[in-house]
Amino acid sequence: MIEVKNLNKSFGDKQILHEINTVFEKGKVNMVIGQSGQGKSVLTKCIVGLHEPDKGGEIHYGGENFTEMSRKERMLIRQEIGMLFQGSALFDSMTVEENIMFPLTMFTKMSKKEKLDRVNFCLDRVNLEGRNGLYPAECSGGMQKRIAIARAIAMNPKYLFCDEPNSGLDPKTAIVIDNLIREITYEFDITTVVITHDMNSVIEIGDNIMFIHDGRNWWSGDRKTILTTDNQEIIDFVYASDFMKEIRSSMQEKRK
Amino acid sequence: MLKALQNIGKYMHMLWIVFSRPEKWGVFRARLFHEIHFIGINSIPIVALMSVFMGGVIALQTASNMTSPWLPEYTIGYITRSSTILEFSPTMISLILAGKVGSNVASEIGTMKTTEQIDALEVMGVNSLTFLVLPKILGAVFFFPVLIIFSMGLSLIGGWLSLVLSELASTETYVVGIRSFFVPSNIVYALSKTVVFAFLIVSISSFYGYYTKGGALDVGKSATKAVVTASIAILIANFLLTQMFLL
Repeated sequence: MIEVKNLNKSFGDKQILHEINTVFEKGKVNMVIGQSGQGKSVLTKCIVGLHEPDKGGEIHYGGENFTEMSRKERMLIRQEIGMLFQGSALFDSMTVEENIMFPLTMFTKMSKKEKLDRVNFCLDRVNLEGRNGLYPAECSGGMQKRIAIARAIAMNPKYLFCDEPNSGLDPKTAIVIDNLIREITYEFDITTVVITHDMNSVIEIGDNIMFIHDGRNWWSGDRKTILTTDNQEIIDFVYASDFMKEIRSSMQEKRK
Repeated sequence: MLKALQNIGKYMHMLWIVFSRPEKWGVFRARLFHEIHFIGINSIPIVALMSVFMGGVIALQTASNMTSPWLPEYTIGYITRSSTILEFSPTMISLILAGKVGSNVASEIGTMKTTEQIDALEVMGVNSLTFLVLPKILGAVFFFPVLIIFSMGLSLIGGWLSLVLSELASTETYVVGIRSFFVPSNIVYALSKTVVFAFLIVSISSFYGYYTKGGALDVGKSATKAVVTASIAILIANFLLTQMFLL
């Protein structure tokens, strides 16, 4: 479980996040949604410690206050975090196998064979068995995302962060990635936080949903309540296109 | 001015983090050898080419400007050796390496920054500065002196070739010249300068690469800034070290 308390974040005079309070539950896919530029990625980067929150804000991992930890203590917590970046962030000088093996080499005392077995298990888990020798540049966007997921789960993380996992993917591949994230979350009982503005993903896999608007935790709920809420900002976000507006009208008609 | 001071502070802070204990010595050792190969051994062809021609030109210039009959012929070899060891090899070659290695390091780290690979390292719990920058600095500091010794030798050979081929001096007088009034501490001075230049080139380039913000265009800008700043730093350091060691 990850707990965020009174999180504010400013860059210079501009305040990006305002008093964010939320809990990301274990064993569930926690979605953070909102329009572009509302502070979703900044929130994630604050949670994983890539940005420092403003004074007073706290982030707790399994009850431990991450904000007050020294750099060394944070490094230990970070070894329990897996993260899927928007652009995959695979090391392009390494092969697929070396990418997945990297955290194992850095932080475990596994033998070469044990590491290779783990790499093959992770590749198998994301349906990419046998692709060990490829370089990231030789893989498609969808494959790169799956390799990044394999790397993220290599260390058996307690926490998984996915920053816009479907960006740049076709709808079919996006569903594959969504399902993979959900399966991994349930299978390994990890706390998953997914940052997205893809409503298909939200409806498909979101257990808990947090809507960020104007840097604030505007609304929290689940995938059922998000479709029926009267909150205008959410309605504008979810039913942005004319097609979706028509669907909403017909749903309201049915309800009457 | 304020920006420059801020950058110096940021640079010092970066160095403080860079010189932390690596997470795993085995990985660090492998990366060190990789960097020695990448930064050092890959620079041998350009250093060799530059050195041979540099030595040749110094010898030719010296020979063509020696109009006084009072100057003995071996002076050509003496001046070629002295200028090569004291300045041309350590400083000129370091300036060339600032261009080659500096732009390479800044663009490599800058690209990793803009494609979130450095964030990925940090999120995994890896000290990205120690992991990426420390092997590069140590690789350069260990291997640049080797390159400079190599350059000194090739410059002297270049000087000899140019003199013999143009029949401006004989092999015997050239050899007498390069052996005359030899001060071994000059080699120590030259190699000490090289160590400082190597440190400046790689640390400054890493700094500009690591703090790149934006996209591909900004990576290019960082590489340019890295080369320009490292070159200026070399010139200033050269002046200060010359004052310290020789005067």
